Amino acid sequence: MNFPFLSVITLSPIAAAIVIMLLPKERGENARMLGLAAMILGLVLSTALYIDYNMNLPAPGTPWADTLRYVEEIPWVASIGINYILGVDGLSLTLVLLTAIVGLGGVLISWGVEDRPREFYAFFMLLVAGVHGVFVAVDGFLLFFFYEVAVLPMYVMIVIWGWKERREYAAMKLTLYILIGSFIALIPFLILYFQLPQVNPSAPGLTFDLRYWAEANFDAATQRLWFLPIFVGFGALAGMFPFHNWSPDGHVAAPTAVSMIHAGVLMKLGAYAAMRVGIQVLPEGAVYWMPFIILLTLVNVVYGALIAMRQRDMKYMIGYSSVSHMGLVVMGFAAMNLEGFIGSGIQMVSHGLMTAMFFACVGMIYDRAHTRSMDELSGMMKVQPWVAVAFVIGGLVSMGMPGLSGFVAEFPIFMGVWRGGEMNLANTAFGLNPASFYYWVAIISVLGIIITAAYILRAIASVFFGDYDEHAWHDMKPILAIDKFTLVMFCVTLIGIGMFPRVIAPIVEAGVQPVVERLVAARDIYTVWNDVQHIGAGILAWLGGA
Amino acid sequence: MDFIQQNILTITIFLPLAFALIVFLLPDDDKMLIRRMAFLFSIIVMGFGIAMWFLYDRSNAGIQFAQRVDWFPAIGSSYHVGLDGISLPMVLLTVILTPLGILASFDIEERVKMYMTLFLIMEMASIGLFAALDMMIFFIFWEFGLVPMYFLIRLWGGKDRVYASFKFFIYTMAGSLGLLLSIQIMGLATGTFDIPELYQRWVALDSAAVIPVVNLSVGTVKWVAFIAFFLAFAIKVPIWPFHTWLPDAHTQAPTAGSMMLAGVLLKLGAYGFLRLVIPLFPDQAYLSASVLAFLGMLSIVLGGFAAYGQWDFKRLVAYSSINHMGFVVLGIAVFAWVYGLQYGSPNYDAAALEQLGYVTDAVMATNGAVLQMFNHGLSAAGMFFLVGVIYDRAHTRDLKRFGGIWSILPVYGGILIFTSMASLGLPGLNGFPGEFTITRGAWGIFTVQVALSMIGLLMTGAYVLKAIGETLHGPIKPEWRGLPAMTFREHCVIWPLMILMLSLGLWPQWLQSTIDYTVSLLLG
Repeated sequence: MNFPFLSVITLSPIAAAIVIMLLPKERGENARMLGLAAMILGLVLSTALYIDYNMNLPAPGTPWADTLRYVEEIPWVASIGINYILGVDGLSLTLVLLTAIVGLGGVLISWGVEDRPREFYAFFMLLVAGVHGVFVAVDGFLLFFFYEVAVLPMYVMIVIWGWKERREYAAMKLTLYILIGSFIALIPFLILYFQLPQVNPSAPGLTFDLRYWAEANFDAATQRLWFLPIFVGFGALAGMFPFHNWSPDGHVAAPTAVSMIHAGVLMKLGAYAAMRVGIQVLPEGAVYWMPFIILLTLVNVVYGALIAMRQRDMKYMIGYSSVSHMGLVVMGFAAMNLEGFIGSGIQMVSHGLMTAMFFACVGMIYDRAHTRSMDELSGMMKVQPWVAVAFVIGGLVSMGMPGLSGFVAEFPIFMGVWRGGEMNLANTAFGLNPASFYYWVAIISVLGIIITAAYILRAIASVFFGDYDEHAWHDMKPILAIDKFTLVMFCVTLIGIGMFPRVIAPIVEAGVQPVVERLVAARDIYTVWNDVQHIGAGILAWLGGA
Repeated sequence: MDFIQQNILTITIFLPLAFALIVFLLPDDDKMLIRRMAFLFSIIVMGFGIAMWFLYDRSNAGIQFAQRVDWFPAIGSSYHVGLDGISLPMVLLTVILTPLGILASFDIEERVKMYMTLFLIMEMASIGLFAALDMMIFFIFWEFGLVPMYFLIRLWGGKDRVYASFKFFIYTMAGSLGLLLSIQIMGLATGTFDIPELYQRWVALDSAAVIPVVNLSVGTVKWVAFIAFFLAFAIKVPIWPFHTWLPDAHTQAPTAGSMMLAGVLLKLGAYGFLRLVIPLFPDQAYLSASVLAFLGMLSIVLGGFAAYGQWDFKRLVAYSSINHMGFVVLGIAVFAWVYGLQYGSPNYDAAALEQLGYVTDAVMATNGAVLQMFNHGLSAAGMFFLVGVIYDRAHTRDLKRFGGIWSILPVYGGILIFTSMASLGLPGLNGFPGEFTITRGAWGIFTVQVALSMIGLLMTGAYVLKAIGETLHGPIKPEWRGLPAMTFREHCVIWPLMILMLSLGLWPQWLQSTIDYTVSLLLG
């Protein structure tokens, strides 16, 4: 097992990008074949790794460093502790697979790009490589590095190939939000870097190796101080309220394939990094802030859904629905227990596939009808039955319909939030005690489901099933065979996860287990014991002492 | 063969789904092929359903054909299915009505493929729900059944279909949100979603204990969860005053959609009461049994009056569903009262209850309720179909415009009278044994409610006669001369229903005995 699988998955898109740029200008259409080859390679390899990991899951209680597999270590700037270390645990491997699926979908969907195809595919490859890189990085510096690699092509692609009316504004807004967010996260990260050797004696001096970070015990004040900037800095990319504002604009302005990657994977990057660098490294800080953060996510879920209901532009509607659904991911983290984290992990995958498919559907309609307005489109079922069925399935996933992946994800999140109410904490941020309000969070956020059902049904009803306007749409071209393939690929995955959650739940559980363990241990410090428990603990201590 | 026999229930549940997929892949343009294939497929599923009916071992009236496989271990849910004497008749009803519904919709011309696919998916959801023995699986089928029905109304419905389908969906989904939250609490409090295990663990939780996640006592949580369950299922049945979605949905749905809605989907609510609400909350069910009986009585009486006031034939039949399901609710209320006494915290001495005759009464009323569910499934489906037949010809359902149809369509007239009489509860036909046993069983316990509900029975006669009188009798209106007679296909839909109605009227025992064993087992 010494073959550098992860490097190949991560770097092959970059290699493809370089070759694509070297192609002569006339042979632009060859670019897409190269892109497709790189994506298929990535998908095959990551599927193989996924199955391999699943066959031999780490036992519960294994420390994080030992759950990492396919590790590659190459010294880079070893003197200051920067190394090229790749490795995956259950969660990141699942997200790598998600990226591979969405990346392939993105290439297939932009098969017909005519405007500078070479550059389009080269930047797209770079984007995918950046995303893969964040998920497989075990070195903190490398993680930041790939994070920025993913942002740059986003900007270029939106500006060049985006929707003409909003693209400059949206691209600038998106880039500024994400870059500022990552700097806000980077500064505390560097401060912690210098403190690390003191709090983890086993670390070999100054190092960015996250395996040592994941065992460090920073003192309580440091954790409380720096957790929030790190979590919110990355959380901005996950669309966390009140920093979600860039995301619908970015989604709308981006070309279809970029919207797919953006909503499907890039937003997960924020959530993933916030978990890996924020929660895992600073669990006490997490416990201190989470009861406050869950209130923000509640706003995400309900308010995001309400705004989505207001939209008449399909892409804006999906953009806001992403804000609402990503709120659920962070809400699962904020539940601070295994159910919540498993739900978050599955929700990342489910939402990634679902939104990518939504954007693909809208892109197919927009390319042919040249409008995304729900007031103008109607009766699309007649001309585009495949798109309609895919959109309906995506819609059902989005409203958490049982039997589809959305339910499998949302149910554990809500259970996790309920169970979060068991925690009786004191001295947290603003004195918020989960025991006193978490169940309200669960109850109110379930309302988000009803709102989601309402706007999704409305969109489906008016766009796909309204009165068919023969005059306006009779010359609308049908979608291509590859488009159909893409839609089927997404639908099958969404239904498969929904009907057989076992294909994903155990591996995600193995991935989040170490983080949850650290969090649970940190929780004890804040827990208020009632008198009976106090006496019981006293007796136990006395017995232990005697 | 062995494989089929061991997995017969799972196969019956998912076969319609596989068939739906095949239908979906058939070529678009050959409509007749799609219809015939869908019909053939539903007949195969019916074969499996009937096979289970005969394989079911009546001497052991517990859960049979059970299967349990881990499904979502991270939250402790498993795929657990099985049938007992209450769910088996419901499955039988579903598999019988589906082919008839498909046959009735052979005249659908638009998007036939999608229609048939949705129809088969709906069959899967209904069978799965009746068979589910795990809360999560139950909830999955419960929610999933909404989707095909929504689209059937939305795409093939009448003039106001947009409003009606939206109302149907949001109404039912809102009802099930409370159900979802309560299921989660129950799972957290007991660590399992398995229904038979919950019967033990959830019921046994000490009322004074505190559930830490919500900081509320078990007693309080049980009340809240009970109300959430009650609402979800009451909306589905529907019990007055949660019935307002039903007339709209029925009136707008296509004929076969109405048949399935009245025939099967309404039963899901009543089944939920029998399977979940009462066994899981015996104390609460006991305390609210008289309220339930009261609401049932109101459903009977007000449903009857409302039906009498209608001039739209289909709306009249829709309101009659509320009227007839009211009897089911009355029977369920008796079950709740006695079951609560036996298994709830008062824990009455079984012998004492027996001596008072309450147990016999309850067995009778519960039997009647399940029988009435089956009967209403047959007669409501038949009535909706007959309304569809006349609507297809006359393109109106306005009773004021009809008249003298009998002399124009003599065979249709005879069939309509037969079916109406079954629905009215004429002795000798299927409506009678169910309603009689319910009222007989409920009389000793809810005397006032039963007495008042007799007003509703009077109204039943009134509205049925009104419907018959306005359509069949009276002077012949010239505009209806030359209406074509019923086709062979239409006869094929209605005759099986009529035969079943007659058989249940003459000898209800063939169905009753199966139900009786299980109900007697439940009530000790």
